[in-house]
Amino acid sequence: MTAETVLGLSRLGGVAPEPGVAKPDPILVADDVTKTFGGLRAVQVTRLEVQRGAITALIGPNGAGKTTLFNLLTGFDRADSGSWSFQGRSLAGLPAYRVARAGMVRTFQLTKSLTLLTVLENLKLGSREQTGERFFTALIHPLWRPREESIERLADDMLARFRLGHMRDEFAGTLSGGQRKLLELARALMVRPAMIMLDEPTAGVNPVLTQSLLGHIKQLRDEGMTILFVEHDMDVVMGISDWVVCMAEGRIIAEGPPTTIGSNRAVIDAYLGTHHGRRAGAEN
Amino acid sequence: MDFLAIFSDASRAAMGPEAAIYALAAVGLNMHFGYTGLLNFGQVGFMLVGAYGVAVAVATFTAPLWAGVMIGIALAIALALLLGIPTLRLRADYLAITTIAAGEILRYVYRSNFASPVTGGVYGLTRFADPLYAINPIPVGQYGFGQLTFSDRSLWIMVISWSLVVLACALMFLIIHSPWGRVIRSVREDEDAARSLGKNVFGYRLQSLVFGGVLGAIGGMLLAVYTQAVQPDAYNPVVTFYLYTLLILGGSGRILGPVVGSLVFWFILVFTDSFLRQAIGTGLIPASLINPTEVGAVRFALVGAGLMLLMIYRPQGILGNRGEMILGDR
Repeated sequence: MTAETVLGLSRLGGVAPEPGVAKPDPILVADDVTKTFGGLRAVQVTRLEVQRGAITALIGPNGAGKTTLFNLLTGFDRADSGSWSFQGRSLAGLPAYRVARAGMVRTFQLTKSLTLLTVLENLKLGSREQTGERFFTALIHPLWRPREESIERLADDMLARFRLGHMRDEFAGTLSGGQRKLLELARALMVRPAMIMLDEPTAGVNPVLTQSLLGHIKQLRDEGMTILFVEHDMDVVMGISDWVVCMAEGRIIAEGPPTTIGSNRAVIDAYLGTHHGRRAGAEN
Repeated sequence: MDFLAIFSDASRAAMGPEAAIYALAAVGLNMHFGYTGLLNFGQVGFMLVGAYGVAVAVATFTAPLWAGVMIGIALAIALALLLGIPTLRLRADYLAITTIAAGEILRYVYRSNFASPVTGGVYGLTRFADPLYAINPIPVGQYGFGQLTFSDRSLWIMVISWSLVVLACALMFLIIHSPWGRVIRSVREDEDAARSLGKNVFGYRLQSLVFGGVLGAIGGMLLAVYTQAVQPDAYNPVVTFYLYTLLILGGSGRILGPVVGSLVFWFILVFTDSFLRQAIGTGLIPASLINPTEVGAVRFALVGAGLMLLMIYRPQGILGNRGEMILGDR
């Protein structure tokens, strides 16, 4: 861990466990973000701050609006209202590709591996500043070849890190579900983001690969990356997150460190319903 | 039965200008459909604006031929932008609907009465490519061997059009095997993944539509100068579907797929036509069963049956890769 992130995390220790609470060093700040689908208020977030250099888990029952919030913040869906800024720069209303270029890269709940591109091509696609991605430059090989070689070295390092090196030249479609999750994470990192947003990174992944995936996520945090992730598995949330945000019915109903969030009244009510007694709360 | 004659007819069609022209337009369609996943059902519209760009410029406005070519290309770019800008942000089906309609709208506009002072209406325009034939370096005569011969004029157009096919394939090879091509294929596979990695999906689709559309327009120009005539009803939607047929036959998403597809398509089409005519002529097939005037329809039925067999036993096309097709689930 670098001194900076340790400082960041220890700072988080003093933050009050309240919804919408201010963080000492927020990388992402969202205000009054709303989205309705027909009559349904899918997202109604008054304030959310995400601490830089920490792993923040976004939990909540099905239909709480977690993925919708992801979609809004990353430009994959248009918010009805609201503003949010990332590293001090407003991202509201920007198309998804410009959000990614600003350094906020997401993955998807249903993995989107580009099946008919090889694993290596998948990774290379993530890299930026390749002038060969422009039509006329692309036709002149020497203009982009040097950059391509450095991208390839970077991609090979990334493959080695995620133990996908043996699949380098295979079509991504031949990977297992778990390997695809790793590929998607590696590909997102090729963009060199300041923050990654993972939508259920462990869904459908076997326990061994889940552990390896979580190890990678922790290591990224230790290298200074900010991570926001949606997760249903409480063991995973407790195991790796530094801060937990709980949503229900589109709102943020609770925030706090993972050790105490499970005993939060609002969280228990959201998962089990308000009319459950204390016994139901104890089960959770 | 004169099989040599049948074979010569079929080979002439497979090597002739039409095969090259269809190959060129299908290379453009391959850019759209095979690599970018754009459902362009109006490639014939691009051919039409290319053909009429040349014809109207030269025949109506007495511009030089090269200016007509430039105008044709400019019109194709304009058409691609006009079709692409409103639809390429939407789901794939919208481009399909828009392009098929646009092709028909163009045909009706060009054949309409009010446009006839410029376009020649339903009769079209003729004899606008004389300068091109004036610089034909091939001496007048018939070239070839046996019954497989071409006139100097056909040969001249063949040289030009097959050269352009080679050039287009070389360009396709370069562009597809570049980082640009990588982004294009990623857009085909999953546009959201491409977006999440910072790629401007809309911009790439538009570039693909323009590039493939220009290739279609050049195909249309060649068709116009080869026949020395443009006539709006020659540019009907069926042409687009022939292009799809030969693209899928050869292998969509393969550089040479449309070229091989065009050769095979024209060979089979003319082979069945010539064979049926001979078989009826020699009494092998009784005239009571198939009337000579029905041959045109019957050959398409046979080609259709052949395509169905191909789709059942080799759905990836002649050059396609089965494993890829299964992975791609397309």
